[in-house]
Amino acid sequence: MSEIRQLAPYDVDAVRRDFPILSRHVNGKPLVYLDNAASAQKPYAVIEAERRLYAEEYANIHRGLYWLSERATARYEAARETVRRFLNARKPAEIVFTRNATEAINLVAASYGRHFLRPGDEIILTELEHHSNIVPWQMLREEKGVVLRVAPVGDDGEFLLGRFAELLNDRTKLVAVSAMSNVLGTVLPVREITRLAHTAGARVLIDGAQSVTHLPVDVCDIDCDFFVFSGHKIYGPTGIGVLYGKEALLDAMPPYQGGGDMILSVSFEETEYAPLPAKFEAGTPAIAQAVGLAAAIDYVSGLGMERIAAHEADLLSYATQRVQAVPGLRLIGTAPGKASVLSFGMECAHPHDIAQVLDGAGVCVRAGHHCAQPLMERLGVPATARASFGLYNTRAEVDTLARALEQVEEMFRP
Amino acid sequence: MSDELRELYQEVILDHGKRPRNFRRPDHASHQAKGHNPLCGDQLAVYLAVDGAGVIRDAAFQGRGCAISTASASLMTEVLRGKTEEQAHRLFAAFHHMATVDGEMPAPEGLEDEAERLQALAGVRQYPVRVKCATLAWHTMEAALADKGETTTE
Repeated sequence: MSEIRQLAPYDVDAVRRDFPILSRHVNGKPLVYLDNAASAQKPYAVIEAERRLYAEEYANIHRGLYWLSERATARYEAARETVRRFLNARKPAEIVFTRNATEAINLVAASYGRHFLRPGDEIILTELEHHSNIVPWQMLREEKGVVLRVAPVGDDGEFLLGRFAELLNDRTKLVAVSAMSNVLGTVLPVREITRLAHTAGARVLIDGAQSVTHLPVDVCDIDCDFFVFSGHKIYGPTGIGVLYGKEALLDAMPPYQGGGDMILSVSFEETEYAPLPAKFEAGTPAIAQAVGLAAAIDYVSGLGMERIAAHEADLLSYATQRVQAVPGLRLIGTAPGKASVLSFGMECAHPHDIAQVLDGAGVCVRAGHHCAQPLMERLGVPATARASFGLYNTRAEVDTLARALEQVEEMFRP
Repeated sequence: MSDELRELYQEVILDHGKRPRNFRRPDHASHQAKGHNPLCGDQLAVYLAVDGAGVIRDAAFQGRGCAISTASASLMTEVLRGKTEEQAHRLFAAFHHMATVDGEMPAPEGLEDEAERLQALAGVRQYPVRVKCATLAWHTMEAALADKGETTTE
């Protein structure tokens, strides 16, 4: 099926039929879901994969000697292989399931950070990081005395590679950057960032929470040391995320949490840890969610990441042109090559009022600081309204958005 | 537009949101406090001039926020002028009840007209995340009055 779909033109109407929620109404209006950067809706394939596991093949994994447990284990490990292929990692052992991208970053901060970083070691972040890629490092700073450096962005939200390079020095031990801004849509040159960081002797963590849904990813090509993302943003379930780490690094890192599943043997005197990736998966994991994530990855891979990116690029450019015609509207974040996110403010209306009136028109957008308060500070705005596009959005929905924004302008203009 | 949305953004709210009254920093404020709603980044400062008899002679505010928080602050400063601190507390309690409990503004004795004016903000009851926008100015006013003890112990 996937090959057939990839050859045909991108059929957004057919794609929409795969997502049951898209046929519902909110506030008496057809749902126009434009908050994909916060979380994406789920196709039948994902919903059905979870349902089928629970209805037909569910048991705890990695322990039962009975057939059902073996089946569930096989499905869970097949999901790991699906993620490996999706990221082009070398081995399934390099794929650790977590709760979400946030937990994956916390895992690296707690395990790699605590074990390998020393007082005075420097970690470089960027101004456009999500709180989830700031706070874990601040916690590490409190504990270990590491130093956080922040690479700046330009007024249009563009990442300034030269300014980043100036921050690198022989104390830089880790570079933790987002591959794509959740607020501005800025796409960062992660391959180049990684190359420069490695030259300086630093490890690199890429936060792919936003980028994986819009841009193809190849961790071997990027050559990053860690890559994290969340299942729920890529049309998969909540409660499941991924940490990719290079095998040698993960091997050298101590466990993050202790418990069942992550051990080989336990006595009260000593415990021998399990090999990768089990070492980092203490306790019963999110089995059905991992299987659902694999279904989501199969779904987007079936459509083709390049074709999804092209569809979204078309939507973004159409939306940019449509909303800019709304009087008093100002786009926030106009970096070249940005993807799928449209942040804006209006002279006459606060983002909360914008989002409220849009909701009345059935249009879901986010308003606020988007868990990126330092970036808001940098841009000099308390909040923005944000429309973010996914693989099922249409030009007609962009028209609905633009009409609703015109209504906002009429309502609030002085 | 839905009835709920129309009720939220009724004419008086839009008017006060666009043209807030008492939007200034008085020279003679005896109490002031800053309010912050981290959810939306709204920030405002409330200034009160209370005389020796405990009567609010002037009430004003400054800051930036959404139409709801701006309109609420504006209406609040209008109704507070000439009221005693005790009446201000009773209006706060009534407003808080309206915004968080049932959308009805109980009228404290002798404050029926004020209660009726503030009833314009009842629409927030339908929108839980907007309740904080409407109550921000009132919480800030309470904080300003509570500072009295500190500001007079010189």
